[in-house]
Amino acid sequence: MGSRPAQQFADPFHVIAPTGYAVMQAQVAQGTATAAAPLLTVRDVSVVFGGITALNGVSFDMQKGQVLALIGPNGAGKTTLFNCLSRLYQPSAGDILMDGVSILTRPPHRISEIGIGRTFQNVALFPNLSVLDNARVGAHSHTNSDIISDSLRLPRSRSVEVAINKKVLRILDYLELTHLAHTNVAGLPFGTQKRVELARALATDPTILLLDEPAGGLNHEEVYVLGDLVKRIRDERHITVLLVEHHMGMVMKIADHIVVLNFGRKLAEGTPKQIQNDPEVLKAYLGDTAK
Amino acid sequence: MSTVQETFATTKSPSTELPAGKSNALGRNLSLLILLVMLVVPLFVRNFVIFQITMVLIYGIAVLALNILTGGSGQFSLGQSAFYALGAYTSGILMEHLGVNYALTLPVAGMVCFAAGFLFGFPALRLSGIYLALATFALAVAMPQLLKLGIFEHWTGGVQGLVVTKPDAPFDLPISQDAWLYYFTLAVTLVIYITSIFLLKSRSGRAMMAIRDNEIAASAMGVDVSLYKTLAFGISAGITGIAGGLGAIAVQFVAPDSYTIQLAIALFLGMVVGGVGWLPGSFAGAAFIVFVPNLAEEISKGLSGAFFGVLLLVVIYLVPHGAKQVATFAESLIDKLRKT
Ligand SMILES: Nc1ncnc2c1ncn2[C@@H]1O[C@H](COP(=O)(O)OP(=O)(O)OP(=O)(O)O)[C@@H](O)[C@H]1O
Ligand SMILES: [Mg+2]
Repeated sequence: MGSRPAQQFADPFHVIAPTGYAVMQAQVAQGTATAAAPLLTVRDVSVVFGGITALNGVSFDMQKGQVLALIGPNGAGKTTLFNCLSRLYQPSAGDILMDGVSILTRPPHRISEIGIGRTFQNVALFPNLSVLDNARVGAHSHTNSDIISDSLRLPRSRSVEVAINKKVLRILDYLELTHLAHTNVAGLPFGTQKRVELARALATDPTILLLDEPAGGLNHEEVYVLGDLVKRIRDERHITVLLVEHHMGMVMKIADHIVVLNFGRKLAEGTPKQIQNDPEVLKAYLGDTAK
Repeated sequence: MSTVQETFATTKSPSTELPAGKSNALGRNLSLLILLVMLVVPLFVRNFVIFQITMVLIYGIAVLALNILTGGSGQFSLGQSAFYALGAYTSGILMEHLGVNYALTLPVAGMVCFAAGFLFGFPALRLSGIYLALATFALAVAMPQLLKLGIFEHWTGGVQGLVVTKPDAPFDLPISQDAWLYYFTLAVTLVIYITSIFLLKSRSGRAMMAIRDNEIAASAMGVDVSLYKTLAFGISAGITGIAGGLGAIAVQFVAPDSYTIQLAIALFLGMVVGGVGWLPGSFAGAAFIVFVPNLAEEISKGLSGAFFGVLLLVVIYLVPHGAKQVATFAESLIDKLRKT
């Protein structure tokens, strides 16, 4: 760590100044923070694995319409928090509220129906299914069918299928995946697989979209495009985004609000500007040598 | 807990690595051609061969049922013989003790086995991969012994089993009993094959395949993993039960020792030879388990088992993805020929 070039110490986040629009959005989001009730509340959440405390009393609020970035060094507990929101992990303490109601009584498969959709850090697609079928599974939670009408292809089952296809084809189109609809996902390039995962998550009709390192493994241009896409998803589809990302350029550009985790604790919280100038955050990212 | 992270990182067991292909069915033209051949075949062959082809269809249904479970939902079973036996006895008892029409016994056998499979699916939820295979293995081993139990003897006929009457062709049709049973079986097979394909191509089927490919992602998409896993067990057992009922009618006899673990292993082989997850392959696999043992016996009476093993190894070595691979290859060959 100590042998990094000095240049990087001066600018650890490769900061791109927030655009006027993003600043405005952030102000809007902050304005509502005091007025409206938060969409999502994480309250004193702790998670312990054996001896490791992966999360230690983490609290923050997320407002409707925000892009909230969750950042922090490797092992800080970001994915662990996502897995709590998906109910894959049970917090040992604390609560998570959506619209004021605890989600911790729900089984994992009943999370997407209240509007929490997600992607995974290492891409968790269904490798033997086509792009189209992957996205169709995303539409599972807000449709209904039974094995009898599905086996006999009764009108009930057919109309469900029509509705699913209509929604999903539109999403594939939105993400420019239409030409790959019938391709198996296993052989697709990593960047495309990430887009398929995004399509699948959008097909769940999320109110809140959890993106775990969407820029991981993407090249420069792809990251740039992705940043725009995330903002478009927020603005055009009115989806609130919780973003975990190491790519600071992208975070500073699109986030309205940032929560910083370090060793399972919340280190800081604020606007991109505040975070960039927070001495605690700089220290966590650069180690003690930054003093 | 670390399994969660592993699942994110790795793709699943080798059985689910199918060669790329767009569907789990055959094309329409090819399907119709095969159906046509199946319809006229009895006119040209001896009754014994008709009987053998009937058995291929029946075992084909049972292999297809296993394929829905393993290829569809990613769960293993070495216990299919138990559900086959349950279906066979249900049909046999209904026909011989209660005088129910043979055709009507099949839906009952299907429902009884669906219920049994669904219930078995619950404890099976806690097991995965090889442990699930072991639990189903135990079921297969226990079944013949249960059927021999004294308390059921009045109904099951104990060790002796039950003799089942072979049905005549209805409406005084001028065809042999064997030919009639063949057409009846063919009709049942068609219904099961088509509904199975409908199922796999529906919302429910996709939910099962999603579970097969990645349980955690499936549940994050709102798929009730426990429900669809137990449903898959129920459906698979139900279809196997119908095959068992048909088998009882065709063989005219049910006895505990017809349904040993050997049958379960044969069905498993049939699935592998046909191609895991590819429904039409089930019938190719069934043909393999019906005809290849005979072939091995013709090569050498004393060493038929060894020759069967060698033939099996050759097939698995040459085409690890089974009949599905052959079909994919043939398809691409035809495509090439068309272009030139
Ligand atoms: N299932 C688990 N079992 C045991 N320990 C775990 C598990 N999941 C996470 N941890 C531990 O919890 C801590 C936080 O991990 P987490 O994956 O949440 O970090 P992260 O912030 O997402 O890191 P990265 O940026 O590398 O993705 C780490 O020490 C990790 O080893
Ligand atoms: Mg992570």
